[in-house]
Amino acid sequence: MLEYLVRRVATILPTLLFVSMLIFGLQQLLPGDPAVILAGEERDPNVVAYLREKLHLDEPLPMRYVHWVGGVLQGDLGESVRSQQPVLELIVQKLPVTVELALLAMTIALVIGIPAGVVSAVGRGTAWDYAANMFALWGLSTPNFWLGILLILLFSVQLGWLPASGYVSPFEDLGANLAAMIMPAFVLGNAIAAVLMRHTRSAMLQVLSADYVRTARAKGLSERVVVLKHALRNALTPIITLGALELGTLLSGAVLTEQVFTIPGFGKLIVDSVFNRDYAVVQGVVLVTATAYIVLNLLADLAYFAVNPRLRS
Amino acid sequence: MAAVMPASGSTPIAEGDAFGTPPPAPPRAPLPAGRRAEREAGPWQRAWRRLRRRRGAMLGLVVVLAFIALAVFAPWIAPHDPIETSWSAVRKAPSAAHWFGTDEIGRDVLSRVVWGTRASLLAAVVSVSISLLLGVPIGLAAGFIGGAVDALISRITDAFLACPFLILAIALAAFLGPSLTNAMIAIGVSATPIFVRLTRAQVINVKVEDYIEAARAVGNPPLRIALRHVMPNIAAPLIVQATLAIAAAVIAEASLSFLGLGQQPPAPSWGSMLNTAKNYVDNAAWMAIWPGLSIFLLVLSFNLLGDGLRDALDPRQR
Repeated sequence: MLEYLVRRVATILPTLLFVSMLIFGLQQLLPGDPAVILAGEERDPNVVAYLREKLHLDEPLPMRYVHWVGGVLQGDLGESVRSQQPVLELIVQKLPVTVELALLAMTIALVIGIPAGVVSAVGRGTAWDYAANMFALWGLSTPNFWLGILLILLFSVQLGWLPASGYVSPFEDLGANLAAMIMPAFVLGNAIAAVLMRHTRSAMLQVLSADYVRTARAKGLSERVVVLKHALRNALTPIITLGALELGTLLSGAVLTEQVFTIPGFGKLIVDSVFNRDYAVVQGVVLVTATAYIVLNLLADLAYFAVNPRLRS
Repeated sequence: MAAVMPASGSTPIAEGDAFGTPPPAPPRAPLPAGRRAEREAGPWQRAWRRLRRRRGAMLGLVVVLAFIALAVFAPWIAPHDPIETSWSAVRKAPSAAHWFGTDEIGRDVLSRVVWGTRASLLAAVVSVSISLLLGVPIGLAAGFIGGAVDALISRITDAFLACPFLILAIALAAFLGPSLTNAMIAIGVSATPIFVRLTRAQVINVKVEDYIEAARAVGNPPLRIALRHVMPNIAAPLIVQATLAIAAAVIAEASLSFLGLGQQPPAPSWGSMLNTAKNYVDNAAWMAIWPGLSIFLLVLSFNLLGDGLRDALDPRQR
């Protein structure tokens, strides 16, 4: 166990190294002098000089990377040109909003996706299976910003039930917070529910033909107990691991969803910084996202390992 | 007789087929009947026959072809100039003159949706071509050469895959500058690691096969083995992945355009139309309905086609 843990953790180090190079390299794509571009619209010569000094632009590329990574390791992701705030501070401010959105979306995805997958596998070839597969195709094919606009059209404009925008912190007013979050969370959860449904269906189909399920049936257990206790419990492990990979979809989707519903989270931060040409913030957001993705996948892998006794031997 | 499509990478397996239809693209015309044809049918013909039996896939194919026709013949199909403004017809509801209504500066929504097909399809096809052109050779090298080359390529691929697809595309497009061309590059590069990984995995499976050993034994140089013997045998999963990647690229392009990082105004694109429509959703809903529906239909069709291709090309997966 310990050996596996150490080996698995060691594999993420080179990945993180290349991720940092990739994100540092983005700067090289900027057409022209980075210091001038990073200084923003005003091109204040003081700011340009400061940036040239700060980014070590007169030094060779590898040295600049070393300086940059050194800063990142100490939590220095640079400064926002727009707000003069440290990038890390901005990210830490916006992160909780997106985490709440992501958790709500994941809950919705699990509540829809897993039952749909179970029903579709148990009733393979029936109308239920067909309906669940249709739902999955719908979920995978709908651009979430369009679904967001349609929901606003229905629930905010036509019915007037939910606010189209306007985020409220859950600590201020939980009801208002949920009212503002339910549509975006559904939009985001919808696509992931589709993926989860497909994973659940195939995992369940595999498990349902296993010997122990046949034994359980032969013992005379009710179909309900067989499906929920014997089959689903065993199918859940791969579902959860594969579900963890959907974290990327969740973060990508959050960018657009937050934009549609004007939620001041992580996604809105990256889009706003793109428009403000606040490149350090863009780099910071991508770096934090990628690191979070790598670490969470590592945790999912370790969880998979922990619950699967066959891997431990 | 069968419609002859451009021979894009003909493969040794199907070279002697009875119809002169170059693989891997499935022929569009119906196959001639006859027992002789049945007996000599290559794997691509058999796959096409399986594909034809799948109603979803065929529906997807038809809709995709319809969208291609829409894109090619846009100037003749669109009833109005897509960028001509008219201050006397601002945000008019759908009518006989404007079937899909008009937008915030009086442009015809139907014409913009029709012309938007071009941006969408072009961006999707070009970006997936970029992914294939970069990803397949890199994956081949990783899988075929192995060792340190493989280790290096795999770690770099992991790094790319650690950045969520759309966020990476947004970052690349942001640094490259907003334009349709840069959006295509950004999407193509972001999707490349998927093809590197897939190609590598397939190559590793195939290269231990006896026929590869045989090709090596008779003295074929490695490059020739990779191109003539390995490639044709890993084409099927790549075709499936490419089809599904086109679906993802359509959404990605629409997303970038929605964020202002794709097609620049006034040129029409579905994503940017939705971005504007969002602001008028309470009094001009038609502006939001049609571009979104088009994205949905096109993506759905590519997904249906991709799922069908997967079943047709690899029956073992069922």
